[in-house]
Amino acid sequence: MLNQLSVTVNGTPVVVPSGATVAVAVVLAGQVCRTSVSGEPRGPLCGMGICFECRVVVDGNPHVRSCQVLCRPGMEVNTEK
Amino acid sequence: MAAAACAAECGVRVGLVDDNPRLGGQIWRSESSSQQEQETDQQNPDASKWFQRMSASGVTTRCGLRVVHQPESGVLLAENLNGLCELMYEKLVLATGARERFLPFPGWTLPNVMGAGGLQAMVKGGLPIRGKRVIVAGMGPLLLAVAAYLRKHGAEIPLICEQASWGSLAAFSLALFRWPAKIIQAIQLQRDLAGIPFAANTWVLAANGQRTLDSVDILRAGRVENVPCDYLACGFHLVPNVELPSLLGCAVDHGFVRVDDFQNTTVASVFCAGEPTSVGGVELAIIEGQIAGLAAAGHATEAKALFAKRRKARRFSHVLDSAFRLRPELKNLPLPETMVCRCEDVPYSRLQQHTSWRSAKLHTRCGMGPCQGRVCGPATEFLFKWNPDSVRPPVFPARVGTLATLSEQLDLQHSEVMGVK
Repeated sequence: MLNQLSVTVNGTPVVVPSGATVAVAVVLAGQVCRTSVSGEPRGPLCGMGICFECRVVVDGNPHVRSCQVLCRPGMEVNTEK
Repeated sequence: MAAAACAAECGVRVGLVDDNPRLGGQIWRSESSSQQEQETDQQNPDASKWFQRMSASGVTTRCGLRVVHQPESGVLLAENLNGLCELMYEKLVLATGARERFLPFPGWTLPNVMGAGGLQAMVKGGLPIRGKRVIVAGMGPLLLAVAAYLRKHGAEIPLICEQASWGSLAAFSLALFRWPAKIIQAIQLQRDLAGIPFAANTWVLAANGQRTLDSVDILRAGRVENVPCDYLACGFHLVPNVELPSLLGCAVDHGFVRVDDFQNTTVASVFCAGEPTSVGGVELAIIEGQIAGLAAAGHATEAKALFAKRRKARRFSHVLDSAFRLRPELKNLPLPETMVCRCEDVPYSRLQQHTSWRSAKLHTRCGMGPCQGRVCGPATEFLFKWNPDSVRPPVFPARVGTLATLSEQLDLQHSEVMGVK
């Protein structure tokens, strides 16, 4: 479909609405974005690029704020361990 | 956008750089599907007017580009996913907006506990919310706007929890009568919110769940209630983003950027508009943006013509300030083990031993993670009355490669002119 596209999150394909942010892809994949320094699961908080809780690895680039980046077809997203 | 369009309409060369993936800031950022963009156009004539003015004015726009440093006067260094670029300006208008104030309570670090504006931004970014139960909580008029937005997109809102008292809310509603446009908005909002329970004097005590949120405990009229939910959208009004203005040397008074009548900061050639100068909402921000854009383009007379309008809009920000004050009970929400600094996982008990932000930073790493204290700074300001230290470059975390090129000649092909030339 034209208004959807597919990315992978931790290797698993996820279909997202076109124009969706990477943060949305991570949530739709049922994953959390990162694990905190003491081991807690964390997801997006501010949704606007301030809190850095939603950072993930996008196409090999670490520490990308997933709420500030739009999904592109075939994008490889990995959550931060 | 208002500043860029107004300046460009004066015939000067303007570039607009936005950290967000789309134009329009947090309020007007266009939604992910084309159907929703049409809806925005239809329902917000102001937004579509400014989007049209922007595209007609010939402004060069770059989204997803984040300014991290000013290596020398008139030059900003910015990063995106692919690399970095140098932005050269003669005049600069800063419109860095505001973020939500977050306060720590047990469970606030669980996934699916987000800011009120945070969850709204996620839904605007494509998060399906239909059929989800969302508790909207915290403080400020944003809660109502968020609840209305989420409901329109199919969310179920069991309750809006506003920590302010009915008394201050009544005073706020009465004061609204001085702004006819706000009354119309309020009536519209009330229609959108019909049937959603609203409770004043009510706040979230704790968010519960193992790996993700499943319910919240709220304190309503002195009684604790447990409410199951999928999301908690919780924010306590707004904090201006003054980090970049501070880095550029602009004076900041009580958390706000100091500007003169023409929105000029204390740094020559640097203007500031919107929430960083006072939290007054979108109307005030647009007027300030217009003034800043016109003044930066050297059209002082046209800028002056907007002063009266701005004066009226600014009074609204004073009304907001007096209606929405944080109640002291919220200081007792964190337990000893509740994380206050989410980046470095510093619990409340470790911070209690310190008497200043500096001391806490040095001993616990509080505020030294990637958000650079943007979340825990305002929280500790409320909890402990700590004042943040000076801002240091880079103003956002930057790649080492970006910093390494600071002294090197940059690839000018990638550079953009920002501001007014």
